[in-house]
Amino acid sequence: MIYWNSFSDFLAMGGYGFYVWGSFGVTALIMAIEPIVVIRNRKSTIALLKRQLRADGRAENRNAAE
Amino acid sequence: MLKIITSVIGRDLKLAMRRQADIVSAVFFFVIVVSLFPLGIGPEPDLLRKLAPGVLWVAALLATMLSLPRLFADDHRDGTLEQLALAPHPLGLVVTGKVIAHWLVSGLPLALIAPVLGIQFDLSTDALIVLTGAILLGTPALSGIGAIGAALTLGLRGGGVLLSLLVLPLYIPVLIFGAGAVDATVSGLGGEGHLSLLAAITFASLGFAPWASAAALKIALE
Amino acid sequence: MKDRFNLYRFASPVTFYPLAGALIPWFVALSVVFGLAGLYLGMLVAPTDFQQGEGYRIIFIHVPASWMSMFIYLVMAGWAAIGLAFNTRLSGMMAHALAPTGALMAFLSLWTGALWGKPMWGAWWVWDARLTSELILLFLYIGYMALTAAIDDTKRADKAGGLLLLVGVVNVPIIYFSVKWWNTLHQGSSVNLTKSSMAQTMLWGMLLMAMCFWMYSIAVALMRARTIMLERERNTDWVKAVLAENSEGAAK
Repeated sequence: MIYWNSFSDFLAMGGYGFYVWGSFGVTALIMAIEPIVVIRNRKSTIALLKRQLRADGRAENRNAAE
Repeated sequence: MLKIITSVIGRDLKLAMRRQADIVSAVFFFVIVVSLFPLGIGPEPDLLRKLAPGVLWVAALLATMLSLPRLFADDHRDGTLEQLALAPHPLGLVVTGKVIAHWLVSGLPLALIAPVLGIQFDLSTDALIVLTGAILLGTPALSGIGAIGAALTLGLRGGGVLLSLLVLPLYIPVLIFGAGAVDATVSGLGGEGHLSLLAAITFASLGFAPWASAAALKIALE
Repeated sequence: MKDRFNLYRFASPVTFYPLAGALIPWFVALSVVFGLAGLYLGMLVAPTDFQQGEGYRIIFIHVPASWMSMFIYLVMAGWAAIGLAFNTRLSGMMAHALAPTGALMAFLSLWTGALWGKPMWGAWWVWDARLTSELILLFLYIGYMALTAAIDDTKRADKAGGLLLLVGVVNVPIIYFSVKWWNTLHQGSSVNLTKSSMAQTMLWGMLLMAMCFWMYSIAVALMRARTIMLERERNTDWVKAVLAENSEGAAK
């Protein structure tokens, strides 16, 4: 079933290794980085919103105390 | 209907005449950009003749872009635009008038000066005629498409750069057929096919763009 | 009446947020499964192409990336049309969430195209109609993102961005055909992609990879959309409830 005879054949890609792995490498890199950036962005947004929520809550408590 | 358009044209032309310096500087921008190219490339007539259509057209695209940010900005600032948007007649007609006025003060002067610049590039008489015709036919489309960009970026910070970012990709068909008409004449193929496609693009964009710009203006004014 | 009700129910962030949250793991899993299957077929099983040698294997990411870059733009324009017609809050968020992924797909399409073109045509870049149109598509994505980023008022940003998307969608075919026509006139640089009949395994590999890219794009866009929803609806009760729940989860 497997087309390749050896792992080094697979890496060489019949002389096109640089082009094939250059394409797949950058694609893999982007597809790894994009979700990380999105998740980080999500976490920082949630943290920011929570801080705002707590600040609002404190302001309300103070108003109630007065 | 026609009356609305003509009155808007008349008004915008009168306002433009008070700022003649703007029109003149756009024309000189065109002249200077075109004249810089031979200095960068070299004086060989064969090469220049080949590059002329593209250089003249790219310079024309950039020169018409210069006055676009002002298309609605002045009316927006003094509140005229809001009144026009609230008026009973459709805003699309008003924008049509403004687009035509914009063409009269930005596209038309370029078409008049282009043959003179074409001589610098050693173009033949036929090619000069086609160049003038192509710029006459193509620049109304530039004003029309540009109006959409001007309406979308109305009142935004960094509006000018943003406007060119939005509008220049949409100018590509005009550039291709406009420069192609001159190119085909230079190489002896005849530019009629290009010119008729250019006319089609212009009519389509003059029919469609004012209404899209009117929608964009309403979004901006909300 | 009932249909209408349902449409509005799903178009509202309150129901969409948890729904998207529940769906994301499935899309991620599907993307991984399709990706592994596609890579197995494409990189390990598929035989070599008799004209292009092993270099043709770039097709397994190049074609899916190009498809997605065009498809995402169409989907964004579809959301924009819905948003402008029915004034739904969700449409702008979705278009906004899709744009960066679409731009990345357009970039990947150009990048892999260049790496494919160099060994096959002898040049990193040729002014072929397809390449040029893809480049312009990337410009259109950048224009959309720049415009929406420049407008502070989210409502105006959504509407203005939506209008730009619709204008772009009208223009894309015109641009494509004019570039194509221009290209046939300048025969010197024109390139013929050899259309060899594809082996069955190659075709399956490519389709599986396309499914993988598709699921990936949906997953990332939904994740981004969820963040945008929280940000934009920060003053509503449901966001406050979500945030409170989130803190309890973190405390445990």
